[in-house]
Amino acid sequence: MGLWIVIGVIVLVVLAYIGMYNSLVSLRNQVKNAWSQIDVQLKRRHDLIPNLIETVKGYVKHERDTLENITKARTNAMQASGAAAAGKAEGELSGAISKLMLVVENYPELKANQNFLALQEELSSTENKVGFSRQFYNDAVLRFNTKVETFPSNIVANMFGFKQAEFFEIQVATEREAPKVQF
Amino acid sequence: MWETIQSNKRKSAVMIVLLATVLMFVGYALGAALDPAAGVLGVLAAMVIWVVLTLTAFAGGEKMLLASAGAREVSREQAPQLYNLVEEMKIASGLPAMPRIFIMDSDVPNAFAVGLKPERAAVAVTTGLMARLNRDELQGVIAHEIGHISNRDTLFMTLAGVMVGAIVILADVFRRSLWYGGGRRRSSSSSKGGQAQAVIAIVAIVVAILAPILARLLYFACSRKREYLADASSAQFTRYPEGLASALDKISQFKPGALKVNQAVSPMFIINPLAATGGGLSLFSTHPPTADRIRVLRGMGKSASLAAYEEAFRAAHKGSGVIASRDLGASVEAAAREGAAGAADPAAQWRSARDLLHQVNRFLVLPCACGLKIKLPPDFKDSSVTCPRCGTKHEVPVAELAAASAALEAAGRK
Repeated sequence: MGLWIVIGVIVLVVLAYIGMYNSLVSLRNQVKNAWSQIDVQLKRRHDLIPNLIETVKGYVKHERDTLENITKARTNAMQASGAAAAGKAEGELSGAISKLMLVVENYPELKANQNFLALQEELSSTENKVGFSRQFYNDAVLRFNTKVETFPSNIVANMFGFKQAEFFEIQVATEREAPKVQF
Repeated sequence: MWETIQSNKRKSAVMIVLLATVLMFVGYALGAALDPAAGVLGVLAAMVIWVVLTLTAFAGGEKMLLASAGAREVSREQAPQLYNLVEEMKIASGLPAMPRIFIMDSDVPNAFAVGLKPERAAVAVTTGLMARLNRDELQGVIAHEIGHISNRDTLFMTLAGVMVGAIVILADVFRRSLWYGGGRRRSSSSSKGGQAQAVIAIVAIVVAILAPILARLLYFACSRKREYLADASSAQFTRYPEGLASALDKISQFKPGALKVNQAVSPMFIINPLAATGGGLSLFSTHPPTADRIRVLRGMGKSASLAAYEEAFRAAHKGSGVIASRDLGASVEAAAREGAAGAADPAAQWRSARDLLHQVNRFLVLPCACGLKIKLPPDFKDSSVTCPRCGTKHEVPVAELAAASAALEAAGRK
């Protein structure tokens, strides 16, 4: 009788371990998958920028600095690796683009250009998509990290070397400045 | 969302088993009422009806629903903004594939989602919806529909709907057979066995009347709960509950006319398409009162998480909740974002919605010298047309019209 109880307890513990290991793996896969989604959207944004500059160049003659900043920020963002570095570089790129969008307000001809309007919707939607994929990624990271940290799954996580994942934050420097609106 | 989907699947399975039990019971009772030995046959008949209906739903149910609502697929090039909105919500919800997008020609603002699998889903919106809502509001509505897909409501409500349909059909068949065959049996029921059969017959009649009502009640109650859940998902995906709240507000102000749709699709819409007013709560409605949904969404405050929705729901409903505690465990803190909705230009929005509709329906554009663009439907029959503004006569390019008509037909068959 006593032997059976011991065997039963051991079987239960093993089953619980297997369950926790599997859910850790599936959460980690979700994090990986979510990261690749962010990657897709960031690439798309990088691809849109040469097109944007080509369209804008002919209209805004006196804004060479703004355009150069965007190109530079894009290059930096494309070379950044790791969630923290990429977040910083992407934030700078976002800042540079929004600066251009403010400048564009002074060029009514450009704002009437169909090509530019389509690009603007595409760019702002890509910006949203980056935001939403970041949101999905961070939710996945939070769920995974909670599992890694909390008892009893932290025992399994330590045994098999599950490490906490990094959050992805885009730091936009210009967001903190007061927005300049021109009427 | 993962835990929500898992627990939704479990709850759905319980509900389906419950409905299946009712169906088998109805089958048995009805079979036994017609002939004491035929109870098993009744169960068999019930199963056959159910299997046929389910197979139909799986084989092409979505296509049928979309076709019956008069929906036409739009491409990314035709409606870039709508496509972007759907893609944004696909990303926020983590759906495995991009849903197909359809538009319906109707002034009534509404939207719905279909799809037995998240990999093969579709979202449909009316032109009235596209023309009336701004980007944030439209996003709230799309997120609600995507919520239905990612919570597996589209699958579940189809399966449950089929089951309810089978029960209704069976009860109907029984009532009819009673009408035609009742007299014959009554004449032969003089023995004791006849008396027993009379009792069974009475029970069966009661079952035939009650079962469809009960099944429908169960179905509608479930559907209402899932509307709240999809609202909660929408808030979570967009991080902006006010978008959906304001959209619901606008839609509910639009009173006249129900949309012409099949009753089976109505749980998938953002607002019940069959109710002309969309007013009070009744046990026989697929959707909760819109005012109540808006109140819950607006009560969410600074957070857009499932937990915040649950809290707002409890505040609005004297303590009873809607989201299972298991799902709340998976709720992650999510700050609501501030609205940045630019003022929409209603006239331009109407124009672009109509243009889109003309484009997917392959209307031919004839530019007139006076500046008016005459749009001809592919099934236009006359060989000439007069400009309604300046009265100039135009030749109709018959060959091009025929090509448009053929292309439209090919698209419909796809």
